Amino acid sequence: MSSTASPLDPVTLAVIENGLKQVCSEMDLVHEKTSFSPVISEAYDRSNGIYHRDTGKMIAQGELGLPIFLGVMQFATQAVIERRKDLEPGDIIIQNDPYLGGTHLMDVKMVMPFFYQGRLWCYLSNTGHWPDTGGMVPGGFNATATEIVQEGLRLPPVKLVRRGAIVQDVVDIILNNIRVPEERIGDIRAQIGALRTGEKRLTALLDRYGADTVDAAIVELEQRSEQQMRACIAAVPDGTYSFTAWVDSDGVVDEPLAVALDMRIEGSEATFDFSRSSPPCRGPMNSVWATTRSAVYVAMKHIFREVPINAGCFAPLHIPVPEGTFLYAQYPRPVAGCAAEVAQRIMEAVFGAMGQAIPERMFAAPAGTSGNLGIGGHDPETHGNYIMYFFSGGGYGGWWETDGLTNGCSSVGISKTQPVEILEQHYPLLFEEYALREGSGGAGRHRGGFGISYRIRLLRGEAKASFLMDHGRYGPPGLMGGADGAPNEIAISQHGNVVQPPHRSKGADYVLTPGDWVQVRTPGGGGYGPPSARDPAMVERDRRRGYGVDVADDA
Amino acid sequence: MASWQAGIDVGGTNTDLVLLDSESGQFRVSKVPTTPDDQSRGVLEGLREGGIALDALAAVVHGTTIATNAVLERKGVRCGLITTRGFRDVLELGRRTRPYNYGMIGTFEALVDRELRIEVDERLDARGRVVTPLDETGVAAAVDALLAAGAQALVIHFLHSYANPAHEQRAAAIARERWPNEFVTVSSEILREVREFERASTAAVNAYVQPILARYLGRLEGQLTEHGFPHHLLVMQGNGGTMSAAIAARQPVQTVMSGPAAGAIAAARIGVQSGFPNLIACDMGGTSFDVSLIRGGEPALSAEKDLAYGVPVRVPMVDIHTIGAGGGSIARVDAGGILRVGPDSAGAVPGPVCYGRGGTLPTVTDANVVLGRVDASGFAGVHGSAALDAVREAIDLHVGGPLGLDTEAAAAAILAVAGNQLASAIRLVSVEKGNDPRDFALFAFGGAGPLHAVSLARELGIPRVLVPRFPGITSALGCQLANLRHDFVHTVWRPLADVPPAEADAVLAEHAASGRRTLAEEAVPVEGIEVIHEADLLYRGQSHVFRVPVASPGFDAGAVRAVLAERYRERFEITLDEMTPVLASLRTTVVGRRPAVDLGLFRPTPARSSAPRHRAVHFGGGRVETAIHARDGLAVGDTVVGPAIVEQTDTTVVIDPGATARIDELGNLVIEVSSTTAARGA
Repeated sequence: MSSTASPLDPVTLAVIENGLKQVCSEMDLVHEKTSFSPVISEAYDRSNGIYHRDTGKMIAQGELGLPIFLGVMQFATQAVIERRKDLEPGDIIIQNDPYLGGTHLMDVKMVMPFFYQGRLWCYLSNTGHWPDTGGMVPGGFNATATEIVQEGLRLPPVKLVRRGAIVQDVVDIILNNIRVPEERIGDIRAQIGALRTGEKRLTALLDRYGADTVDAAIVELEQRSEQQMRACIAAVPDGTYSFTAWVDSDGVVDEPLAVALDMRIEGSEATFDFSRSSPPCRGPMNSVWATTRSAVYVAMKHIFREVPINAGCFAPLHIPVPEGTFLYAQYPRPVAGCAAEVAQRIMEAVFGAMGQAIPERMFAAPAGTSGNLGIGGHDPETHGNYIMYFFSGGGYGGWWETDGLTNGCSSVGISKTQPVEILEQHYPLLFEEYALREGSGGAGRHRGGFGISYRIRLLRGEAKASFLMDHGRYGPPGLMGGADGAPNEIAISQHGNVVQPPHRSKGADYVLTPGDWVQVRTPGGGGYGPPSARDPAMVERDRRRGYGVDVADDA
Repeated sequence: MASWQAGIDVGGTNTDLVLLDSESGQFRVSKVPTTPDDQSRGVLEGLREGGIALDALAAVVHGTTIATNAVLERKGVRCGLITTRGFRDVLELGRRTRPYNYGMIGTFEALVDRELRIEVDERLDARGRVVTPLDETGVAAAVDALLAAGAQALVIHFLHSYANPAHEQRAAAIARERWPNEFVTVSSEILREVREFERASTAAVNAYVQPILARYLGRLEGQLTEHGFPHHLLVMQGNGGTMSAAIAARQPVQTVMSGPAAGAIAAARIGVQSGFPNLIACDMGGTSFDVSLIRGGEPALSAEKDLAYGVPVRVPMVDIHTIGAGGGSIARVDAGGILRVGPDSAGAVPGPVCYGRGGTLPTVTDANVVLGRVDASGFAGVHGSAALDAVREAIDLHVGGPLGLDTEAAAAAILAVAGNQLASAIRLVSVEKGNDPRDFALFAFGGAGPLHAVSLARELGIPRVLVPRFPGITSALGCQLANLRHDFVHTVWRPLADVPPAEADAVLAEHAASGRRTLAEEAVPVEGIEVIHEADLLYRGQSHVFRVPVASPGFDAGAVRAVLAERYRERFEITLDEMTPVLASLRTTVVGRRPAVDLGLFRPTPARSSAPRHRAVHFGGGRVETAIHARDGLAVGDTVVGPAIVEQTDTTVVIDPGATARIDELGNLVIEVSSTTAARGA
C-alpha cells in the first residue's frame, strides 16, 4: 500500500472529495424536494452528477442517487459530447434515447455544459424518471411492446435551454405527446433548478480551492478509487466463475431468457463476459448497452461498497460487447424492462458468480424485481383520470452475518413505497392486505428475508391493470446450500373469476370493474448456508412468529 | 424563600446538575456518576451534593435518555399491537428500504414482535367513512390473548384513524376495561397524521418505553416528595420544551432526544442574553458531533427524524444533525490511500491510546495530545513520556507511515480531516438550508467542542465563537431554561382553496384549547401562554411538504398561498405559481412561558487571577510557545490573545493564533476568530 507521490496534501484531497460529493447531494436534494413525479420525490428515481469535460467520465455522483444511474449518466453525457459540438454557456440538453447511453424512455436526462472563468470546465448532468413519456400504456411499462416506437417519445440530444432561455418549441413538442402534461412542466423546472444549484455550488468550490487544484484532485481521486477497486478484486481468488440468471420471459414469447455470465478474475482485473446469453427478444426485456454495463458497476458497488464512486472504480472492470444477445439492444428493439428488471438479473448473475468466488463475504440472491404494477382508470367521484404506480419490495438474501432483510427495495433502486393511506387518498382503490408473505424467505443457516403479499380492490369506475415484474418462474437462488426464495405470484379477480397472467410476472391491460381485485405476492430472498445449520433458537423464534419457513427436513 | 430551581441531565456516564437561584443570583454545579440500574439514585445523589434542601426548591426539571436508549438498545417492554385486518406487519415491513444505499445487507427487528400483533375486523376509507364496522368482540379477544402472551403495554393502530379516530377510541375503551395498567397507546392520540407506518412507529416507540419511563418517573417523583419537594417534577421533551412528569408518563415518545434538545435550548437562551440570537450550536463529545441551528433565539424543529434505522418518530423535535465524529473517532488510511476519521470510535473502553486503557488505534483526542493542544497529564492513564510514546507510535503506524508524514504532520492531518467532516455537518444545517454562516456565532460545548471551535469557525467563515462558562453541563442548564410546550397536528390533505376558513380555524382553536387544558392540568407557574399556528403545504402532485406560519382565527388561504410562494422561492429558487397548493396539515404549538432566568448570575468573580503557564502547541504551521490560562482565573472583561489555551475541568478551549477572546458579562468566552475584528473589539 505505497502512497503515490502527489502534489496535493492529504487534507486538501479529502476536502475536495467531500466538496464534490456535496455539490451532487445538494443537486439531488433540490431535484427530489421540488419534483412533481412521485417516482422522483418519493422513490428517489433520479441522479445528479459531475462529468469530465473531454471524456464525459464520472467525476462525482450523488450518493443518494438511484444506483442504476451509476454508469448510465456518464454514457449519456458522452453521447452529448459526441453529438453536440455547438454548446454554449447557458445551454441545457434534454434527451432520453435509450440507445444513446440511456435506460428506458421514462428516464429523461439533462446535460448542462459548465463554464468556469470563460472555459468549459465540466458537464453537470441529471436524470429523472417521468411518470409518462407517451406510448401505448400510461407509465411506459408495457410488457407486450415489440418496438420502441410503441413505448413513447424518443428524444435525441436537443437544446431545451439555449443561452439561458427555454426553447418553447421543444417543450411544446414534449408536452403535446405525453400524459398529464401540466405536472411535467414542474418536473422540467425541478430538473433545471437542480442543475443551476449545482452550477452555483461548484463555482463556489472552484473559487475557494482554485480550478487547477480541483483538477489535480480529480485526477488523484480517480486513481485512488481505481487502486481501491483493484485491491478489492485482487482479494478474489483468480479463476473463471460462471452463473446464469433467468428472466421469466420477454412478455411476448413465453420462454425464459438466459443472462449467462462467465466472470474471469485475473489479479486486479475482472472481465464480465455475457456472450453466451439469449439472443435479442421480441418483447421489451432487451437491455441497452449503457444499462448492461451500469448493472455490472452497481453490482460491484453493492459487493465492495467501501470504494468511493467515480470513473476510477470502473477502470479494472472489463465487459466485452455482448453482440448478438438481448443485453446489447439495437434500434428498434423495445427496452421498457431493461432498467427495472433485466438490470437486476445481470446483477444477480454477478452476485451469483461472486458467491462462488468469495461466499464468506457475499449474500444470497435478493428478490430482484421492481414489482411494477400500474393501475389506470377513471374515478366517477372526482371525474378525473388517474394512473397509479406501485413498486413493491421483496426479501433480501441471507448473508454472512444474519438473515436477509424483509421487504427491501429493488437492487437497482433506493426508493420508499408510498404509504397505503396516501394511495387511498388519491385513487378509488382499497388495500385489503399489505402483509409479510409467510414462507417466502429461502430456508438456510441465515434464511432469506420475506417478500410481501398485497391485495388491492377497485372501488369505483373502470380501470386497467398492467404488470411488469420478474422472478415468477424461478425464485431467487440460495447460496452455499441455502434454499431458493419463493417466486413472484400474481392473481387477478374479474367478476369473481380468478386468473393468472400466462407470462406469470408480466401482463397488460387487465380490465377491472368495481369489486375486482389484484393480488401480488413478491419473492423472498435466497437462503445462505444449509438450513440444517440454523440456530435452533432462531428456528423456534421463526415458528412463534408464524413466518412459515419450511424446516420439516431439518435436524 | 424557595427560589432555587434544579436542572438535571442524566447522561450515559455522568448525571449533571445545575442549581440556580434567580433572586440571589447564586448557582451551584455538580456532577455525579450515573447509576444505570436505577437512575433516580444518581439524581437524588446529585441533588444531595448540590446541597439545597428539596423543600426549598421551586422546580426540578429532568432530562432523561431512558426513552432514547431503550429504543436504541432494544430494551423496551413486550408490547402488543391490535390493528386493522390485513395490516399486521406494517411495523416490520416499513417503507421498503435498506440501511445502506450500497450493500444488500443489514438487519432490522420491529419494536413489536410479530407474535404479539393481532388483526381485528374493521376498516375506514381515506375520508374516515366506515367500510367495515369494528368487531368489538374481536378486540376484547385480542386484548385477552395479548395479556395471556405477556404483553405489558398495548398499541392500537387502525388505518385512516387520523381522518376518523372513532374505531381506535372505541377499541381503546374496550381495551382499557381489561388492561391491568394505564399503558394503552392509541395512534391517533399520539399523532393525528397520515402515513400508517410512521404513525404506527411513533405509537410503538411510545408504548415500548412507557412502562419503563412511567415507573421511573413515578418512583423519582415519589422520592422527591418523600424528601419534601412540594411541586411537580418536570421532564424535558425532544421539542425543547418541558412537561409535567404525569404527562410525560402518558406520552413518553415526547422525551426522545430530549438531552440534545436541552443543549440547544441552553445555547439559544445564552445566545439571546449575550446578544447572539443566531447560533450554530455544536456539541462534541467522545463519539458524536451534534449540530443544531438557532435563529432569532429559537432552535429549528423537525418532525422528520428517524430514531434508528426503520424507527421513524414523527413528533416535532429539535432538528439536530448528528455525525459519528468525536474525540474517540479512529483515524486510518483506507485501501485507496485516503485518510479517514471515524465513524467508528474507540469509545470509553478502551478509549483513545492516551487513556492508557489498552487502546491501540489513534483517535482525534490522541492527535490533540501529540500536538500539545490537550494536556496529556489530564488523562488518568497517562504517566509520563512512555504513554506519549505509545500515542506517537500509534499515529506513525496507522497514519504517518502510510501517508509518508512525520508524527506531528500526521496528527495535524487527522485534525484537519476530522475538522472537515465537522464543517460538512455544519454546512448541511446552515449553508445548504439557505443560511449564511457569517450571520451566526458558533456555540461550542461538550467536552471536545471548544477544542475545535475556532478552526471550524474559520473554515466556515463564522466570525465568532461562544464558549459558555460550563460547556460540560449545558444540557442540565437547558432543562432549567426550557418553557412548557405542547405540539398538535391534524391532517387535512385537500386543496388549500377547498378548505373553508372556518374549518381550519376550528381545528386550530381546538388545538389551542387542548394545549391550555394541559397546561392547566400541569399546574406549573407560567408567566404567559403563547399559541403558534403553522401549516404544512405542498403543490398538488408533489410529495414533500413545506411549512409556513398561519394566522388563526381569521385563517386566510390567499395569504397562506402568498407566503408559501415566497418561502419556496427563497429555498429552491423556483416558482410554481400555476400549480395548486394543497393543505397537508395544520399544526399548533402551545407554550407556557416559565419565569426567565437572568444568566448574569454566571458572571465570574475570580478570587485571584493567576499568571498563565506556557507550553509549545502545534497550530497547523508548527509549534508555538503558548500561554495556558485557567478558566476560573479569568474575570469579566479579561482578554486572551491567541495563540492561547484556556483549561477548565470539563473542557479545553483552543484559541488559535490571530483570534482574541474576552469574557463577557455572563462569563462566556467570546472569541473573535480573525485578528482584525478582535482589534476592533479590544
